[in-house]
Amino acid sequence: MLDAEILARIQFAFTVSFHIIFPSFTIGLASFLFVLEAMWLRTRDDTYLALYKFWLKIFALAFGMGVVSGIVMSYQFGTNWGPFSEFTGGVIGPLMAYEVLSAFFLEAGFLGIMLFGLNRVGPKLHFLATTMVAVGTLFSAFWILSANSWMQTPDGYVIENGRAVVTSWIDAIFNPSFPYRLVHMVLAAYLTTAFVVGAVGALHLLRDRENRAARIMFSMAMWMAAIVAPIQIVAGDMHGLNTLEHQPAKVAAMEGHFETREGAPLILFGLPDMKAEETKYAIEIPKLGSMILTHDWDGKITGLKDFAPEDRPNAPIVFWTFRIMVGIGVLMALLGIASLIARFRHKLYDCKHLHRFALVMGPSGFVAILAGWFTTEVGRQPWVVYGLMRTSEAGSPVTATAIAGSLIAFVVVYSIVFGVGTAYILRAMNHDPRNAHVPTGEFLRAGGRQLAAHNNPQAGE
Amino acid sequence: MDYQLIWVLLIAVAVFAYVTLDGFDLGIGILFPFIKDPVKRGRMMNTVAPIWDGNETWLVLGGGGLYAAFPKAYSLLMTAFYIPVFVMLLALVFRGVAFEFRFKSKNHQKHWDIAFSTGSIIASAMQGAMLGGFIEGIAVENGRFVGGAFDWLSPFSIFCATAVVVGYALLGTGWLIMKMEGDFQGNLRRLAKPAVIWMAANLAVVSLMTTYVNPAYAERWFAMPNLAFLAPIPLITAGLLFWLWRAVSHREKTVFGITLGIFFLCYLGFGITLYPNIVPPMITFRDAAAPQNSLAFMLVGAVILLPVIFAYTAYAYWVFRGKVSDEGYH
Ligand code: HDD
Ligand code: HEM
Ligand code: HEM
Repeated sequence: MLDAEILARIQFAFTVSFHIIFPSFTIGLASFLFVLEAMWLRTRDDTYLALYKFWLKIFALAFGMGVVSGIVMSYQFGTNWGPFSEFTGGVIGPLMAYEVLSAFFLEAGFLGIMLFGLNRVGPKLHFLATTMVAVGTLFSAFWILSANSWMQTPDGYVIENGRAVVTSWIDAIFNPSFPYRLVHMVLAAYLTTAFVVGAVGALHLLRDRENRAARIMFSMAMWMAAIVAPIQIVAGDMHGLNTLEHQPAKVAAMEGHFETREGAPLILFGLPDMKAEETKYAIEIPKLGSMILTHDWDGKITGLKDFAPEDRPNAPIVFWTFRIMVGIGVLMALLGIASLIARFRHKLYDCKHLHRFALVMGPSGFVAILAGWFTTEVGRQPWVVYGLMRTSEAGSPVTATAIAGSLIAFVVVYSIVFGVGTAYILRAMNHDPRNAHVPTGEFLRAGGRQLAAHNNPQAGE
Repeated sequence: MDYQLIWVLLIAVAVFAYVTLDGFDLGIGILFPFIKDPVKRGRMMNTVAPIWDGNETWLVLGGGGLYAAFPKAYSLLMTAFYIPVFVMLLALVFRGVAFEFRFKSKNHQKHWDIAFSTGSIIASAMQGAMLGGFIEGIAVENGRFVGGAFDWLSPFSIFCATAVVVGYALLGTGWLIMKMEGDFQGNLRRLAKPAVIWMAANLAVVSLMTTYVNPAYAERWFAMPNLAFLAPIPLITAGLLFWLWRAVSHREKTVFGITLGIFFLCYLGFGITLYPNIVPPMITFRDAAAPQNSLAFMLVGAVILLPVIFAYTAYAYWVFRGKVSDEGYH
């Protein structure tokens, strides 16, 4: 029988995994919309406006799902993790309060104008609204990642009467892993969005390679892939070095190292076995592990056996999710390079193989993001707050039945609602972006009534 | 400075903002069963489509603020209200996505209408039930919740649930009377009449029952000199109800305004009944407060950001002011 703790963990993992899918997309998409509208205002080229409207519909759907799944998150701390909330309320609480005040209100306040207000406020103020929404998503990432990083690498606090009390807000907010996690996550969101945009562009290019709107999106996305994917690899490497410093057990699990060794190999694949305390069937490259992690061929790497069995994270999960993420990162960089080659040969819009590759890579960012979060969060176990509070001490006194019931309800409701939402998003992506287009002159003359930016019920689609 | 007091008041303001703002847009969903025409339903939703997300953010501030400022109360209340909180959240999921999905789907519009209205009704009812359970008190020993999963369910809390549903429906009607014209406005006025009577009856019963639930509550209201100071609250409420009854048939903006006034007085009465408890019947807001420096740190943010939030929220409402017609808007 599953106990309350494990059920609560499954429930948290399930709901937050659903939630993070939408922010990863909306953070990137909001910035993309900002760029599109800026281009439209500068060039007054209607293709940019058409693209803006095309992606705005998709943004509205994803944003709505991000909001409703996020509200669930903010209440779940109390329902399932009461003792955790009491212990961390004084630290994480204020960070989340700042997120609400500086980010959520900003996004929500300007979202209405962004979606429905173009004709009411005019292009300039509308652009301001788009900007505010984009800025809001970034503020949101800042605060929530600070909160999450504090749980990974707590700093700037003392423990008083069984709860964490902050002694320095600067140290608590800018805790040791936060800068790395923030950079890595925001880049991840941008990459994820770029690959979705690239895939949609590729889809429409495969249908008609003269489609100008499709060309623009494909080209923009491929620049992102070529530039940001390599940067992300470097950022990920630095993130890993930071983790080695603060959470060596997590890195040992990621690398599949059980023995502490000098000149440790890089294990490419294998099956870590927690009971046997070894990684079976390992395919290794000698000494490369030490080189990557310590930048020294004979550097010393601590293995999992140096940690008490009750302090070890689950190595098989962490080992594999980490490889999935890194593998996707490498594929993304490859696509970027391929696009550069095609671009310099003036074949960017003609090479069907490239378009097919981009189409297949469309959802890869989401997979990498989930894999990355699983690495981070499962690797932190058995702690909720690293070194301070164990997950087993963090659960609310709720019965397993109540948690199981709510978990089932979440699985059912989320599958229906977000399944349907995803279908609507895919359908919107399937439409020709040129049809979202309305000539500017006509638009201004009509006073813009029925030409509103977004899902006008009368005009249909 | 008394940070604890400031924060309990700020959270009270956030909750009130939530109740009234999301109240009227939940009210629109509650009214759906009475308005069958899909075009009119679309129009009703359009009146709140640009602002509902901002309204619901107050719920996040209420919850997040409670977590930050009174972690112990947050932990105890969420645990005690485990079931109604989750039912409410799931109902809000359905209702929230319906805003986008309804206009995206060609064949399933009816389904999303049902999702929107049942979601709104269930979320409102759960809020009312939690209000009832809150007034009745929560079983706490040594700082841990020791009650059962269904402690919140009682005749009193069921009654509170209906009261909140009716109250939100009335707020929604007031909002729509302001936003609609012609025949449809007339329909709404006819709907509002019985709702006013029902609301008045609910208020009387809930108030009396509250004094019954706990002798301390009765004491607070009926002991001298409190009775003299507090008597105006029920009296003004009664006056407003009477005015509302008259206004419903010919005024446009006052209906919504008066309903807000009634909500405010009820909320004030509720606060007076419970003060200083944040987890009735025993735990005061001072027992549950976060460390002093957390409260101070957040207050800096609140003082700077809340006025800015008020400003752009007001701007967004202003942009979408005026009557709503079928086309254009969405
Ligand atoms: C601010 C806090 C915070 C943030 C931003 C995240 N998490 Fe987390 N996560 C927790 C706070 C937390 C937690 C409350 O601390 C949990 C619940 C139980 C636990 O051990 O940690 C947790 C557990 C947890 C688990 C279960 C691990 C296990 O039990 O072995 C998974 C898979 C994730 N999370 C995944 C994610 C994903 C995909 C996130 C991306 C949004 C994420 N987390 C962000
Ligand atoms: C587990 C912790 C998390 C909690 C408790 C949480 C909470 C919330 C809440 C309550 C909302 C809805 C706000 C509204 O009403 O507008 C929301 C939306 C959002 N969240 Fe989260 N969130 C979490 C994780 C994350 C992470 C890790 C990120 C990104 C790095 C993120 C980024 C966002 C963004 C950008 C939004 C705006 C809506 C959207 O874009 O879909 N959240 N979150
Ligand atoms: C190929 C190079 C990559 C490397 C070396 C790398 C490295 C890492 C490491 C070491 C962590 C765990 C940090 C910790 O738990 O403390 C991590 C987490 C994460 N990764 Fe990657 N990563 C790479 C590519 C990617 C890509 C392509 C994406 C998404 C598009 C991504 C998304 C994430 C996310 C969302 C997390 C969790 C949040 C965080 O801790 O930053 N990563 N990555």
